[in-house]
Amino acid sequence: MGRRVLITGVSRFLGGHLARRLEQDPDVEYLVGVDLDEPELDLERTEYVRADIRNPLVVKILQTTEVDTVVHPNIVATPPRVGGRAAMKELNVIGTLQLFAACQKAERVKRVIVKSTTAVYGADPRDPSLFTEDMSARSVPRTGYSKDSVEVEQYARDFGRRRPDVDLTILRFANFLGPDIETTLTRYFSLPLIPTPLGFDPRIQLIHEEDAIEVLDRAVREHHPGIYNVAADGVVYLSQALRTLGRPPVPVPLPLVRPLGAVLRRVGLVDYATDQLRFLLYGRVADNGRLKDGFGYRFRHTTRDTLLDFAEKRRLRRLITPERVEEWERDVYEFLRRRSEEPAPAGGRE
Amino acid sequence: MAQVIELPLSRADPGRCRALTASGRRCRNRAVGDTGFCRVHLPAAPERIGPFSAEAVREVLRSLARRMTGDYEVDRYGFDRELTERILLPLARPLMDRWFRIEWRGMENVPPEGGALLVANHAGTIPVDAVMMKFGVLDRHPARRHVRLLAADLAFRMPFIAPLARKSGNSPANADDAFRLLSEGELLGVFPEGYKGVGKSYRDRYRLQRFGRGGFIELALRAKVPVIPVSIVGSEEIYPKIGDIRILARLFDLPYFPVTPLFPWLGPLGAIPLPSKWIVEFGEPIHTEDQPDDAWQDAMLVFELTDRIRDVIQQSLYRNLMSRRSVLL
Repeated sequence: MGRRVLITGVSRFLGGHLARRLEQDPDVEYLVGVDLDEPELDLERTEYVRADIRNPLVVKILQTTEVDTVVHPNIVATPPRVGGRAAMKELNVIGTLQLFAACQKAERVKRVIVKSTTAVYGADPRDPSLFTEDMSARSVPRTGYSKDSVEVEQYARDFGRRRPDVDLTILRFANFLGPDIETTLTRYFSLPLIPTPLGFDPRIQLIHEEDAIEVLDRAVREHHPGIYNVAADGVVYLSQALRTLGRPPVPVPLPLVRPLGAVLRRVGLVDYATDQLRFLLYGRVADNGRLKDGFGYRFRHTTRDTLLDFAEKRRLRRLITPERVEEWERDVYEFLRRRSEEPAPAGGRE
Repeated sequence: MAQVIELPLSRADPGRCRALTASGRRCRNRAVGDTGFCRVHLPAAPERIGPFSAEAVREVLRSLARRMTGDYEVDRYGFDRELTERILLPLARPLMDRWFRIEWRGMENVPPEGGALLVANHAGTIPVDAVMMKFGVLDRHPARRHVRLLAADLAFRMPFIAPLARKSGNSPANADDAFRLLSEGELLGVFPEGYKGVGKSYRDRYRLQRFGRGGFIELALRAKVPVIPVSIVGSEEIYPKIGDIRILARLFDLPYFPVTPLFPWLGPLGAIPLPSKWIVEFGEPIHTEDQPDDAWQDAMLVFELTDRIRDVIQQSLYRNLMSRRSVLL
């Protein structure tokens, strides 16, 4: 008998792409996608149900569709897309609470996969250089997406205790980046001049959208209960990332960072939540060893490749291109050579 | 142009040019200089730009270009090898060799490879001793090893200092990072006295403070790596701390706000360290490899080893203090 899978947030990037991926799999007998908006992608055999996971009706959907696997990637990181922070929290926290309540009732559900984020580790100068899955945050996130994710994980674990027969997978993703996905970070990197906190240079770790979808897909098709960090190999410094993207940084003194963040938000350029400001100061790197061993997965993109792919596919206009730098290099070299030749007579040997 | 092929010296007539002509015969020119070649066959001297060879200049420019386009590697801890070796080390060298005139003893006790734990005394109000030990091993050890230091959180909270601390390969002091670095075969440097050591008053100089809670010994036992006691003489005198303004320390969220003979009276000039004479000695390794696997949970053994290492460092401090002619020489 094939698998019957329900995906939340199917009109959003991860949900939609995962659905499309699973459609190719003959072992997946039935797919249903739940969301408030029509899916943007062309889905062939995914049944779309317009429903709100915050509504207790969700349990009806679970029972009538007789799904055995529930994937919940619908935890949003950016307030404007859902209409403000209050609505975002409502969707993330209350939505998850309702969904788990429904799953608890639905006896056929045997596998639940939840999207979380490495932001649950917080960002603090006392942090260990690498976070493994069993470490806890030194500074518990108190705002925004990170706080929502901490609460979502708490509900997920509670659910796991009440239904020990269900295999629960929690995937903690690093910051997404890629040609198609829209996140706070993609907007930030697309600014013409990029404000950075003066005197700080955090280590950044990314996850390419392709790798993210691939890992979600494997979590559905294979059997991997537990918590996993999903983060690419390698790290880059923020300064290094900006050089890779060819964008000049604009260092902002620390006391001005918050007001500037507020202005950028007001103008609608970047909504940089306060919890992510700490990330820009102290950075965060997660250890992906457990995922590599458990899933036997090799990431297709390192953090640096992810940046390069992002810059190339988005046709990001680089102010400083490698070609131009190469030209400078040649010019400076020629200049130095001419300078050194002038005073000495031509052909003079020691 | 004639092809220049060098002949083996034995067959060459010392009075004649050592090259072969295009037709394959020996060059018959006897007008040779010290090089052994005539003017026609003199191999082209490597091109020079000013006092440097052109290739070296080109290499520097090329690596600058790579840095500008972000094309370089840092490890997961944020260690930037290139920056540390090519920029930071040359900056630290004059401080080590000219200002403090550090005398390095027992460098051969630092193993050329594999994990090891360097345990040192800590002093000087500002942890210059840690930086000196790090760059000293990099500069003077034959294997040019990098010491990865465990530093206080403060270093990772301060603007400008924080990125530098990371990029030169250091980590915030915590057992997870420390154990991981040791098991990856890195050379780890710790200062068990912590703030109690760096921030002690000048009159307590060269008196070792409590060695934390022995966490570093547990680490070495768990990772099964040798412990190398390091004694640093000279760091106590660089900023003699004679007072502490508590209220300012609290205001800036610092462990102490030092008063030295020059600071804060002379403002930025007070930040110049006194040029004391330094002696850094690496003691004989204390081996933990033959201890049983669960030895690190044996509290008595941990205390005993902690005391032993503390004692070795204290003795070595006294010995080297005696051998120093004066504070400045």
